[in-house]
Amino acid sequence: MTSPTKLPEDSLWAVTLATLVKDIRLEWRSKDALNSMLFFSLLVVVIFSFSFDPLAEESRHIVGGLIWVAFLFAAVVALNQTWARELRNQVLDAYRVSPAPANALFLAKALGNFIFVGVLEALMTPLFVIFYNLRVLGPAWQLIPVAVLGTWALVVNGTFFAAMSVRTRSRELMLPLLLFPISIPAVLGMVAATTSILTGEESAHFWILLLLTYDVVFTTACLALFGMILHAE
Amino acid sequence: MKRLFPILAVLTAVLLAYALYLALVVAPTDAQQGEVYRIIYYHVPSAWTAFLLFFINFIASIQYLVSRKPSTQAAAKWIVIAIGVVGVVACFVPQVQALLPAGMRPSAVATTVLLIPIFYFSIGRLFPGDRLDVLAVTTAEVGVVFCTIVLVTGPIWARPVWGIWWAPGDIRLTSTLVLWLIYVSYLVLRRFSSSAETQMLAAALAVFGALDVPLVYFSIWFFRTQHPQPVIGGGGSMDPRMLHVLVISWMAFLCFAFLVCWSRFRLELLHREIEEAHAMESLAGEGVASKASLPLNRSPR
Repeated sequence: MTSPTKLPEDSLWAVTLATLVKDIRLEWRSKDALNSMLFFSLLVVVIFSFSFDPLAEESRHIVGGLIWVAFLFAAVVALNQTWARELRNQVLDAYRVSPAPANALFLAKALGNFIFVGVLEALMTPLFVIFYNLRVLGPAWQLIPVAVLGTWALVVNGTFFAAMSVRTRSRELMLPLLLFPISIPAVLGMVAATTSILTGEESAHFWILLLLTYDVVFTTACLALFGMILHAE
Repeated sequence: MKRLFPILAVLTAVLLAYALYLALVVAPTDAQQGEVYRIIYYHVPSAWTAFLLFFINFIASIQYLVSRKPSTQAAAKWIVIAIGVVGVVACFVPQVQALLPAGMRPSAVATTVLLIPIFYFSIGRLFPGDRLDVLAVTTAEVGVVFCTIVLVTGPIWARPVWGIWWAPGDIRLTSTLVLWLIYVSYLVLRRFSSSAETQMLAAALAVFGALDVPLVYFSIWFFRTQHPQPVIGGGGSMDPRMLHVLVISWMAFLCFAFLVCWSRFRLELLHREIEEAHAMESLAGEGVASKASLPLNRSPR
C-alpha cells in the first residue's frame, strides 16, 4: 500500500484531509445530500407528530425513538451518495490504483458523513423540541456525548456498508438491509440513552459506555477490513 | 464418500424417529407446564444447531479473509492459540469464576473456549481455498433455516406458558432474532452482489455480524434489567431424564443438519464447476456462444 518513495502528501492524514476538504467543497456547492436529508427528516417529524399527537409527558418517553429513527433514515440518504459520487468518471478505480492508503479514503468519507449528519442533527433538534414541547429533566449535557458517539456509530458502519453495497444490484436498497441489523445495539443504546436523559429517571452511563464500545469495536473492524473491500472488484 | 450418504440418511431418519418417540412418550411430563413443554425437544436442539452453524460460518469467514491475505496468516494463528490458552486458564481463576452466571460450570466454559482453536485449525485444514467460502454459504443457509425454526417454535411455546407471544425484552428471543436478521442480510448480500469478489464482501459482513452478537446480548441484558418482563423461564435444574432426551434430540438434529449441509455443499461445488465450465466455454468459442452470459464468480441460484 505504501509507495516506495514516500512523499509527504502520501501520508494518512494528508490524504484524509485532502479528500475530506474535497467532499465538503462538493457538498457545499451542490448541497445534494444535506438538502435531501433535511427535507426527509422534516417530513418524518411532521408525519410522526400527526400520527402520535402526544402530550409533553408522553413525548418525553417516545421522542428518543422518533428522533433517532428520523436521523437513521436520513443518514442513509447521505451514506448512499458517499460512494455513488465516486463511481461517475471511474474515480473509485483511480483511487484503487493510486498509492494513497485505503484507510485515508475511508476515514475521510466517514468524517465527511459525520459532519453532514451532525449538521442535520443540529438543525433538526430544535424542530423536535418545538414540535413535541420538550423539556429535558435529566442532565442535558450528556446528550452531547450520546449524539457524537451515536452519530459516529451510524456513520462508520454506514460508510463501510455503503462501500459494500455499491458492488451490488439495486445498491440504494441494499445499504439499509446491511446496515440496520448490525446497528441494532447502537440504535438501542442511542434511544435508551436519550430517553433516560429526557425523562431523568435512570442514568445513561451504561448506554454511553455501550456506544463507546460499539464505536471502538467497529471502527477497528472497518479500518482492518476496508482495504480488502476497496480492492474487491 | 458418496456411498456413505444414503447410509447416513437412514441413520438420521432412525435417530430422528427415536428422538421423537423419546420426546413424546418417554420423557416425563413437566410439573408446572404440563405437556406443552415437550416443544423444548425441538426448540432447544434447533437453537443449539443454529448457533453451532453460525459459529462455523464465522470461523470459515475469518479463515477465508486470512487466506486471502497471506501476511496475516501467522498473526491470526497465534491470536487464535492465545484466545484458547487465555480462555481456558481464565476459567480456573477464582476471580473470573465469580463472574460466571450461576449454574455455569467453569469446566464447561473452558471446553467451549477450547472449541475456538480446534474449529479454527480443523476447518482450515479440511476446507482449503475456495471451499471455505462454500462452507460459509452452506452453514449460513442451513443455520438460517434452523434459526427460523427456533423463532417459530419460540412464540408457540411462549403463548401458553408466559401468556404472550413475544417478550421484547427477553434476552434469548431478541438476540436470536437479531442474529437471524444479520444472517438474512448476509444471504441477501450474497444474492444481490454483482461483484466478482462476493465471497470477500460476505466474509467481511460475517465478521461484522459476529462482532455485533456480544453487543446485542449485553444491550438487551441491560435493557431487560431496566424493564422487568413477565415471568421468564430458566433457572432451576432440569430433570436428568429430560436432559437425556434433550441431548439425544440434539444429536438427531445435528445429524440432520450435517446431512443437509453435506448435500448443499456438494450442490454448491457442482454449481461452481458448471459456472466455470460455462465461462471457459464462452471464452473459447467467443462468437458462437455470445448468447451465454458470463457470470464469473457470482454464486449461482
